[in-house]
Amino acid sequence: MPPFEPVLLEAIGTPESHTLASYRSRGGYAPFEKLLAEKQPTEVIELVKSAGLRGRGGAGFPTGVKWGFLPKDHPGPIYLCVNADESEPGTFNNRILMEDDPHQVIEGTMISSYATRATTAYIYLRYEYPQAWDRLQAAIDEAYAAGLLGKNIKGSDFSLDIYLHRGAAAYICGEETGLIESIEGKRAWPRIKPPFPAIEGVFRKPTVVNNVETMACVSQIARRGPEWFRSIGVPADPENPRDPGSYGPKLYCLSGHVEKPGCYEAPLGITLRQLVDEYGGGVWKGRKAKAAIPGGISMGLMTEAEFDTPLDFKGPGTVGCMGLGTAAVVVIDETVSIVDFLHNSCRFFAHESCGQCTPCREGTSWNLRILERIRAGKGRLKDLEILLENGNAMGMMPGSTICGLADGAAWPIKNAINKFRDEFEDYIKRTNPEGWMVTDPVPALQIVGAH
Amino acid sequence: MPTVIVDGREIEIGADERLNCIEAARRAGAEIPHYCWHPGLSVVASCRMCLVEVGTRDAETGQTSMIPKLVPACQTPAKDGTVIVTESEKVKDSRARVEEALLIDHPIDCPICDKAGECLLQDYHFEHGQPERRADIHAFTSKKRDMGPTVTLFADRCIMCTRCVRFTREVAGTGELMVNARGSKEEIDVFPGYPLENKLSGNVVDLCPVGALGDKDFLYQQRVWFLKREAGVCGGCSAGCSIQTEHTQDTVYRLKPRENLHVNKWWICDEGRYGWHHLHDPSRLVEAKRRTASSDADSVEWADIVTGLKADLTTSVSGDGRLAVAVSPMLTVEEAWMLCSVAREIDPQALLAVGYVPTQGEDESFPGGFTIRGEKCPNRVGVEHVIAAFDPSVPRWESLLEVVERGECTAAWITAAYPPAGGRPATEVGSWIDEATAARFAKLREQSAGCLIVQDMFDSPLASQANWLLPSAGFAERSGTWINHGQWAQSFERAIRAPSGVWPEGRLLWNMLERRGLYDPNVIRREAAAASPALAALAEDLPSVGLDLRLQQLATS
Repeated sequence: MPPFEPVLLEAIGTPESHTLASYRSRGGYAPFEKLLAEKQPTEVIELVKSAGLRGRGGAGFPTGVKWGFLPKDHPGPIYLCVNADESEPGTFNNRILMEDDPHQVIEGTMISSYATRATTAYIYLRYEYPQAWDRLQAAIDEAYAAGLLGKNIKGSDFSLDIYLHRGAAAYICGEETGLIESIEGKRAWPRIKPPFPAIEGVFRKPTVVNNVETMACVSQIARRGPEWFRSIGVPADPENPRDPGSYGPKLYCLSGHVEKPGCYEAPLGITLRQLVDEYGGGVWKGRKAKAAIPGGISMGLMTEAEFDTPLDFKGPGTVGCMGLGTAAVVVIDETVSIVDFLHNSCRFFAHESCGQCTPCREGTSWNLRILERIRAGKGRLKDLEILLENGNAMGMMPGSTICGLADGAAWPIKNAINKFRDEFEDYIKRTNPEGWMVTDPVPALQIVGAH
Repeated sequence: MPTVIVDGREIEIGADERLNCIEAARRAGAEIPHYCWHPGLSVVASCRMCLVEVGTRDAETGQTSMIPKLVPACQTPAKDGTVIVTESEKVKDSRARVEEALLIDHPIDCPICDKAGECLLQDYHFEHGQPERRADIHAFTSKKRDMGPTVTLFADRCIMCTRCVRFTREVAGTGELMVNARGSKEEIDVFPGYPLENKLSGNVVDLCPVGALGDKDFLYQQRVWFLKREAGVCGGCSAGCSIQTEHTQDTVYRLKPRENLHVNKWWICDEGRYGWHHLHDPSRLVEAKRRTASSDADSVEWADIVTGLKADLTTSVSGDGRLAVAVSPMLTVEEAWMLCSVAREIDPQALLAVGYVPTQGEDESFPGGFTIRGEKCPNRVGVEHVIAAFDPSVPRWESLLEVVERGECTAAWITAAYPPAGGRPATEVGSWIDEATAARFAKLREQSAGCLIVQDMFDSPLASQANWLLPSAGFAERSGTWINHGQWAQSFERAIRAPSGVWPEGRLLWNMLERRGLYDPNVIRREAAAASPALAALAEDLPSVGLDLRLQQLATS
């Protein structure tokens, strides 16, 4: 077993780890009570800033900085939303935290609420997590019963209510403004930004949206201190003043064609190869890896040759992936057709596009239909051009959509075709010897849709 | 003054104006294509057709720095130093891409689509689209379903701009429409059991930039390129909404709202929108008739009417006779002015009263700031101003009825021209005047020289008693000026000619005043403005959106 001692996952596997008693016995809630008694909210923000914590939800935005965007001296209410709509394919670290150590998440929520002066926190839970729902609700009830939640907590003038909100199973609800719309009871169509949630969020009030794992990290920073947190991971590049570094432990979700899939805690900056070999027991069945998704399907694709890339907030970007994302690594072995992989990816995004912006709504379904046709043996080389063009044109980065879903839909296309172009061309020429060179529009397949 | 730079041209905007880049660019003559943005609705920035390059020019250094990605013009405020580039290759490429995306699932059934000819998808594709299709070719399908009593949805033509959804939520306040499903499968729909049924429902058809929402009243009736458009004013209530009358060959096919921020913004109500059918009602009066003691209802020629009316009235009021005139609030200011002038020429003591003012319920306001008035006539205020110039006491319909009932007048000239209530066929609804009220004219008939002139669009208990029954014009057949409940005056030209056999009131009165040539409402309007301080603002030609009479009244008082 690797040398790193798990912190976020320390209680996983111990009996009754989800209970308040277990959490207390590990020193839980004492840091919260101490901060509440001794520190001002601004000091707590500084504490988190000094730890260099970056959001674990995917974008990697520095958490303390995000809190600092809230308007000063706002009359309130200010809201905190914990994003537990963990829907990125391959990702399940939030689930483990919520099911087996919910108090760690709730303490982080309390500390974050205190720091941001939020008096109401919503935990937006994805529909498909019934056990997480039960455990979180039980933990919240325990916290109320222990006087850790409610009015004037522990005799202070800080009050906090936490509500558990269960979504209705849509990927887009994980986008922070989609999540906010959904909490408000509306269709989860992401909002146009600015205004950002810190200025205008839930019910048009200042709002912070943070990931479940971020909350757990906040608990640990409060317990072990920012110096401990900074001692782990990859320090900031001194040459680049805009690099906030990649500090702290990270929960990597390893799945796909490895011997031992699972959620592993490791310092940020571990390479993909280390993760697969040292934690995952190598590629399964003695086969070789072909590629891997570095952090959820929307981050793109790494080839086997790129496996030595460190999985920190900077690493995947150096090999053409979008970023670290949710650090959900899915390994694909040499027997998998990359055409099938891309088809599956396109099917997911066509199904989950919320349908607000034209380029994403129409683009994702167009991409899917092209892939369907290629797999039906009717592909053309021109299709690859169209797919790449669509991939380059859709998303927040070129500016053609409101939220990042389209970027996530585009990245697997760009990576798969650019990195495995030969395989696509071979497949198309082999399966469609008569028509691979056609450039005029062809009749559509009669396909059953993605639903 | 803040300066905005559009495609290199500098334009100044007002210091307190809050314009987005679409509006600012339009000032500079650059049209940025857009589907989802509408000035009367919230901004969603979802169609992505209006993407442009935007930057800022530093006031001190003059350096321009551009945002590296495209931004939606609808959502980007135009401020001092904002640089907008609407025609770069990047922008054109993005537009072509959006057009291409919108057409992937569109049935392209323009030959059978009512919107063809006024469809933004067509226009923008022609202007900004790619010449060739790259997406796969689909077999034609059609998904058509009812949204409610007025609107049909062609779901596959929809481009999901959600203007209609936002309209029902933000302006009508009824929220019947929603977006169902997700991604490319999503569709506009109503909630089960709650059809699109509100008093402003027709506006969603105007808002629809493509052929997805069809107006059942207009569906398959006429090709839009055959329609001629005349700016008009709705005569349905005292709100006086600006409209566009769309017609061909003297037949109205539909009414649409005309943007007028002072009156109706971008909307009209369904009652007004569909309130033109009475113009072509087969039961409409189209023949002038004269009834004498010896003959019953002979038709007469208009040339004879001009002289005959005058002769009859003069005879009737000779001695101690008196003429009573009801000036209908359906008449224009000019027609009312001429009517009063003619009446006073014949009988200087003539009673000039405001005609019957139809009302129906209370004023009804909507969240979007639109109000349907309970007073179902367009020009009560204008008629009052006209009468006040002749008789400051401004007698009402009721006092005219009392005078007639007591037999204190020997002649009565009742102008009416009321459309059937509720916009329904005339044969289905009662007349504006009931039998009992008509019976109050009994004494007039008993007098040997008694003369009753009725000018109306439909038969009524009063019309059947008339010595002179003259058909009157409908709202789209008149020219002149109406003044709405809030003293807002708007002039308009007739859209269609009155049916054969009908002289609009203006033409008859113009001839009775022995004016030369064709009826010209502008001449009368200027005369009225010169004679009446209340109408002084009408001396000049009115702007297309009309003007507020109160400003001039304040200035002169």
